[in-house]
Amino acid sequence: MGELSDDGPALLSYGLRVNGRRYEVSGAELCESLLYALRERLGLRGPKNACLEGECGSCSVLIDGVLECACTVLAAAAADRDVVTIEGLTPADGELSDIQEAFVAEGAVQCGFCTPGLVVSVHDLLSRNPAPTDLEVREAISGNLCRCTGYGRILAAVHAAAASRGAAGRAAGAPL
Amino acid sequence: MTTLESPPRTGNGLFSSVRRPDGVPKVRGEFAFSSDLEAEGMLWGHLLRSPHPSAAIIGLDLAPALQMPGVRAVITDEHVPGSKTYGLDEPDQPVFASDVVRYVGEPIAAVAADHPETARRAAAAIVVTYDVREPVVDPEAALTADPVHPLGNVLLRQRILRGDPQAVGPVVVEGSYEMGTQDQAFMGPESGLAVPGPDGGVDLYVATQWVHVDQIQISACLALPADQVRIHLAGVGGAFGAREDLSMQVQLCLLALRTGRPVKIVYTRDESFLGHVHRHPARMWYRHSADLDGRLVKVESRLILDGGAYLSSSTAVVSNAACFAAGPYRVPNADVEATAVRTNNPPCGAMRGFGAVQVCFGYEAQMDKLAAVLGIDPVDLRLRNALSTGDDLITGQRITGAAPVAEVITTCAAAPLPAGDPESEPELALPGGASRAAERRRVRRGVGFAVGFKNLMYSGGFDDFSTARCRLEDGTVTITSAAVEVGQGLVTLMGQIAREVLGVEEVVLAEAATAGIGSAGSTSASRQTWMTGGAVEASCRAVRARLLAAVGGRLGVDVAALALRSGRVVAAEAGVDLDVVEAAAGEIFEETVTFRHVPTEQLDEKGQGNAHVSFAFAAHRAVVEVDLDLGLVKVVEVATSQDVGRVLNPLQVVGQIEGGISQGVGLAVMEELVMDHGRVCNASFTDYIIPTALDMPEVAVQALVEIPEPGAPFGAKGVGEPPSISSTAAVVAAIRDATGLELCRAPVRPQDIALRLAMARAPEETRMP
Repeated sequence: MGELSDDGPALLSYGLRVNGRRYEVSGAELCESLLYALRERLGLRGPKNACLEGECGSCSVLIDGVLECACTVLAAAAADRDVVTIEGLTPADGELSDIQEAFVAEGAVQCGFCTPGLVVSVHDLLSRNPAPTDLEVREAISGNLCRCTGYGRILAAVHAAAASRGAAGRAAGAPL
Repeated sequence: MTTLESPPRTGNGLFSSVRRPDGVPKVRGEFAFSSDLEAEGMLWGHLLRSPHPSAAIIGLDLAPALQMPGVRAVITDEHVPGSKTYGLDEPDQPVFASDVVRYVGEPIAAVAADHPETARRAAAAIVVTYDVREPVVDPEAALTADPVHPLGNVLLRQRILRGDPQAVGPVVVEGSYEMGTQDQAFMGPESGLAVPGPDGGVDLYVATQWVHVDQIQISACLALPADQVRIHLAGVGGAFGAREDLSMQVQLCLLALRTGRPVKIVYTRDESFLGHVHRHPARMWYRHSADLDGRLVKVESRLILDGGAYLSSSTAVVSNAACFAAGPYRVPNADVEATAVRTNNPPCGAMRGFGAVQVCFGYEAQMDKLAAVLGIDPVDLRLRNALSTGDDLITGQRITGAAPVAEVITTCAAAPLPAGDPESEPELALPGGASRAAERRRVRRGVGFAVGFKNLMYSGGFDDFSTARCRLEDGTVTITSAAVEVGQGLVTLMGQIAREVLGVEEVVLAEAATAGIGSAGSTSASRQTWMTGGAVEASCRAVRARLLAAVGGRLGVDVAALALRSGRVVAAEAGVDLDVVEAAAGEIFEETVTFRHVPTEQLDEKGQGNAHVSFAFAAHRAVVEVDLDLGLVKVVEVATSQDVGRVLNPLQVVGQIEGGISQGVGLAVMEELVMDHGRVCNASFTDYIIPTALDMPEVAVQALVEIPEPGAPFGAKGVGEPPSISSTAAVVAAIRDATGLELCRAPVRPQDIALRLAMARAPEETRMP
């Protein structure tokens, strides 16, 4: 399967479940990564193509709730698993999530190529650890390379988003 | 973490932290970078690149690629209808190598196919027969080696002679320094989409730094009139100088024109490392002499920068290295010779700091040596020599603008040292980080200080300008400029300036493209705030003048009595108070302005002349922790003060400073493109290491020194490059302080520390030879 023959590589068909929606993929080469399938077959270009070897986090997605680099997962291996991309974490109607709002407000965005992946990573962090320390934030996003910002405003954005959730939680009477 | 004070102003005009207009689409993942584009019927392109640094091409068989199903075109040098070469300063770089290859990664052929993997396989199937030659890889050997290129191996030798060649002070320090090759390592890979047009021309959507200079080079190669090569700026995922040169623009357009279909190329990361210019590696010799009070008497320097196989912007880089070789100090006598050479290493060109970074590493190490010999505090020594307004550079140019060198030194040096120590920090924060490798008692702190400077805008007599158009219609301002946004936030500033001048809230930025507007110049040399900022300001002022004149004429009010404030045209005494829409009375006002800075001149044969427009200065103090056994370094904090002229957007200025420092820190301790006989050994983000959030120190912005710069719109200097100039030197100085080692090479590698300390500790007889 997927090997080169005189007629070119064997082609595959499979289903992907992304952001709660089911997509059928057909005529795909086995070598296609989940990142390629998301971007070029499904038209979901929020996950970015920076290193293609799992080093930079620009293509961060959640697969069955686990943070992964979509570039190092074969698309066929993600068949029928639950994939969430930046598009799935973005409110409709041009609104922003609290994390996205904090990124804009705190100046965490420059060129923006790393930004969607970082938003996914920070979403994963804050859903596991709503009040991270500075070192915990740094460790959590250390798999997301940013070349523009030096991370200072990104750290500020993460703390701002955590603080806003904490304030919202306290206002709602949730335990701290 | 730097905490911004309350912005001095609110609102969406100048001097406040206005949000960037592209922030929302970027955080939503909807912003279209050049690699995100697609078109109906689109093909994928791929380039075949040379695996050899030097070889003759003696055979080229395209048939295996052409026979592959799904392949639509395979092109080589034969298919280039116009100029076979291109280049920023001199067209010395072939679109496709045909007779010889001169560096690893040089394009030889290009393929267009239905699927990107087919294109890659087809390129790999092309059979090239090489007669492999011994590459010229040592820049000093290149001076006498056989020419790598018909234009020779010396790209430029820049001499600067100032004052008395016999002058010498009582104290002399000498040193040799070296800097490795740094890569810009932007995140968004080179990519573009070329769409053939019905007129035989082509529309190219590409990430670049200067659309008009791309157009000139591409149209010459395509043998098309410039107006049939329409360059549109696609979303740019960082640049830092690496997008000044063409990457695949010509080859991509050729594929589209040949197939008659849209073609897209997206580099993989290894291609990106091979396919763009790097920061020049440098070898530097210095001799400083001073009087007994530490005042510099003379600086002598010999600099060799490896330009790699093609010219790119090497002549401007080496000229800058020479001009700034003595640092931001008063130096009455100087003898500098800076040479850029051609080798079979990868081409080098522009990167943030542009020649000023390399020499800063050398001259600041020398200042520390001098301070040590004289027993003077290093900060104090720098203050005694600090340039200020009215002083002359070693080029004889008198500084007429702001030069607050003493202020940036003093405020930066006054920063409190960061709390904490190796005994109390979490393990993750120690050198070695997550590997938990450090023994606390073997970790030492060190502190280092450095100052740097460079020119703003283009220099040496270049006709440097930017064009902008302001259109006021129905209360909405549309700004048209071809200036390139690479992430730095020019799009925010353009809106801020328009609102400031016209008092109109609704500002729309038109597409940055070659059609319909003149050049804005390059997004480089820290120049767009000044140049395009100036053009936008001037065009908006022209529209304001016309609007007020129209209102004055219509109402019979003296124009001088009319003012435009907060979107309203008012003349209190005449009882005029109209919003802009009412004031315009259906008229559309449009003005296009070309803005130029004051002219500069070329250096003369002694390297003297008013070559530069303006200068920006910054100081950095680094605190590091070093694991003495493993040689690992944790940069704990970088404090900084910077000469900024005027802060137009506080949040963006801090973002530039932090980002620039991260690249300086990277160059100090981890970033080097490692070469082996002309081959790049680490062309990936696995092996070319850039700072992560765990590596990045706290940045403490001590002062943004605001002395409005004469001639600069709103007094603002560009802020992008100074953070990258002296931060590297400061970090290495701090490592010297922690270890006592001389450390004459950046980046400092673990073995540079650990092996030398181990050898120094070992008994004489057990030392390695």
